[in-house]
Amino acid sequence: MRTQMAIQVQDLICDFGAVRALNGLSLQVPKGSVFGFLGPNGAGKTTTIRLLLGLLEPTAGRAQVLGFDPRHQAHEIRKRTGALLEHTGIYEHLSAEDNLTFYGRVWRLPAAQMRARIRELLVPMGLWDRRKDLAGTWSRGMKQKLALARTLLHRPQLILLDEPTAGLDAAAAAAIRHQLQALAVREQVTILMATHNLPEAETLCHQVAVVRAGRVIAVGRPDQLRTQASTPRVQVVGHGFTEQALELLRARPEVTAARRQNHHLDIDLRLETDIAPLVQLLVSAGVQVEEVHRVRASLEEVFLALTQGGNHD
Amino acid sequence: MINDILTVMWKETRSLVRNRSMRSRFLFTLLSPLLFALLFPWKMGADWVDSPMPLMVCALISLATVAMLVPDTFAGERERHTLETLLASRLPDRAILLGKLAVSITLAWGLSMLALILSLGTTNVFAWGSGLILYTPATGLGSLALSLLLAVLTAGIGVLVSQRAATVQQATQTLVATFMFPAVLLQFAFLLFNEQVSGLIRGINGQQVLLIGLAVLAAIDGVLLTLMLLRFRRSRLVVGL
Repeated sequence: MRTQMAIQVQDLICDFGAVRALNGLSLQVPKGSVFGFLGPNGAGKTTTIRLLLGLLEPTAGRAQVLGFDPRHQAHEIRKRTGALLEHTGIYEHLSAEDNLTFYGRVWRLPAAQMRARIRELLVPMGLWDRRKDLAGTWSRGMKQKLALARTLLHRPQLILLDEPTAGLDAAAAAAIRHQLQALAVREQVTILMATHNLPEAETLCHQVAVVRAGRVIAVGRPDQLRTQASTPRVQVVGHGFTEQALELLRARPEVTAARRQNHHLDIDLRLETDIAPLVQLLVSAGVQVEEVHRVRASLEEVFLALTQGGNHD
Repeated sequence: MINDILTVMWKETRSLVRNRSMRSRFLFTLLSPLLFALLFPWKMGADWVDSPMPLMVCALISLATVAMLVPDTFAGERERHTLETLLASRLPDRAILLGKLAVSITLAWGLSMLALILSLGTTNVFAWGSGLILYTPATGLGSLALSLLLAVLTAGIGVLVSQRAATVQQATQTLVATFMFPAVLLQFAFLLFNEQVSGLIRGINGQQVLLIGLAVLAAIDGVLLTLMLLRFRRSRLVVGL
């Protein structure tokens, strides 16, 4: 089957004994996109990645990765995929260069091409000069970069990343994000990134899926999700927010709530309505308006609302 | 497939050489069998080459080497969190399995050969008289065959144990217990049925015992390897990671 989707998953179920890790998960990842897979710990992100790689067998459901079935053609998938999993998978007793050489041999890269590729990957990451060091002597951030280099070594069509910046300090995480951003542009690969780092997903991902209790509960562009999942809100900065002005606002049918904060007023709206009449109303009630702007909830707020809310089944 | 097996062997060997604690444990474990290979020929002189001792030394070296290395194969990778990345690569299941087995077996067999050569050298130095002393075919070939078959057996059982163990320590303990239990049972059986066993042994010659033993070991190895190749699955290794 030739499609524009790198990954297609339908009603995937995966049980570990009595525990249901995936509960009818469905997902579509377009080719060439950076796709964020968001969810709290235990939501099923790692299990999904393992299933996509054919490392686990699903209890039920169907999946296609790069046109191959992970259940029967996992070898074909693994040949075309790079995976940076929960742990870096770095051999600490080997040098950084030996780590990459081993995986270069695993991917059957010709020796000269492998040497050139190792240099091409390590130089921009700032690791080339220390390639002979034992990887075990490196910092966590450096190991993570090395693991990313290993993931990219064979120029995979699909990259699966499981929490690529987990446990890193801000600078190391930013460096990894920068590498990923550059990679998505330069190598035009499909990236599926499981994370619970929302700002990271917002920065990197073209699309995100929010997963909870083994199923996808929301999917779309980060801005789309923010719009869909959050209440339209207007923030008014100024002075003189009297109780009378607030009562006038609350009486309007399009207003669901109006709250006075320190120096501003938050107005929750039912719909994306014209806000000029509301401003006019405030001014006529004696409020001195300095600024008015629409506010969108952050992806983090949306994520929390989705994952901590009621049952979305 | 051969290339993939060689790649796994390259990594395993490199890890062994670079891992300082593994290297020193390995050398320490080998010290006593290698000492036996020098002390016994020195004490026994020319009798060494047609005695059952070379067989025993080779068996000991095989067991010690493989028991030292093999628990690390899967349990070590699991403990160091490198197993899942390896399994997510394009390496076929059999290449991973056979590559890991091959390193332990090759090393054990190579060291047995080295011990045989060293002990032969010692014999010739200390019992030099009427020319070059060589092993009898039964002792020489029997020792090599026994060390190889025992290495395969230990490696096979070790890999099975290592696949299921959470840590190297757990794998080592289980492997030692696996070999200790039948050894103790045999000893008890021998004590209980001493006369019958002695009568049975007296009835057949040493070469026959060796041949029967090797044939039994070869059959067990064949069954073990076939089962391992048929039952080895990535998904079984990943669950619980």
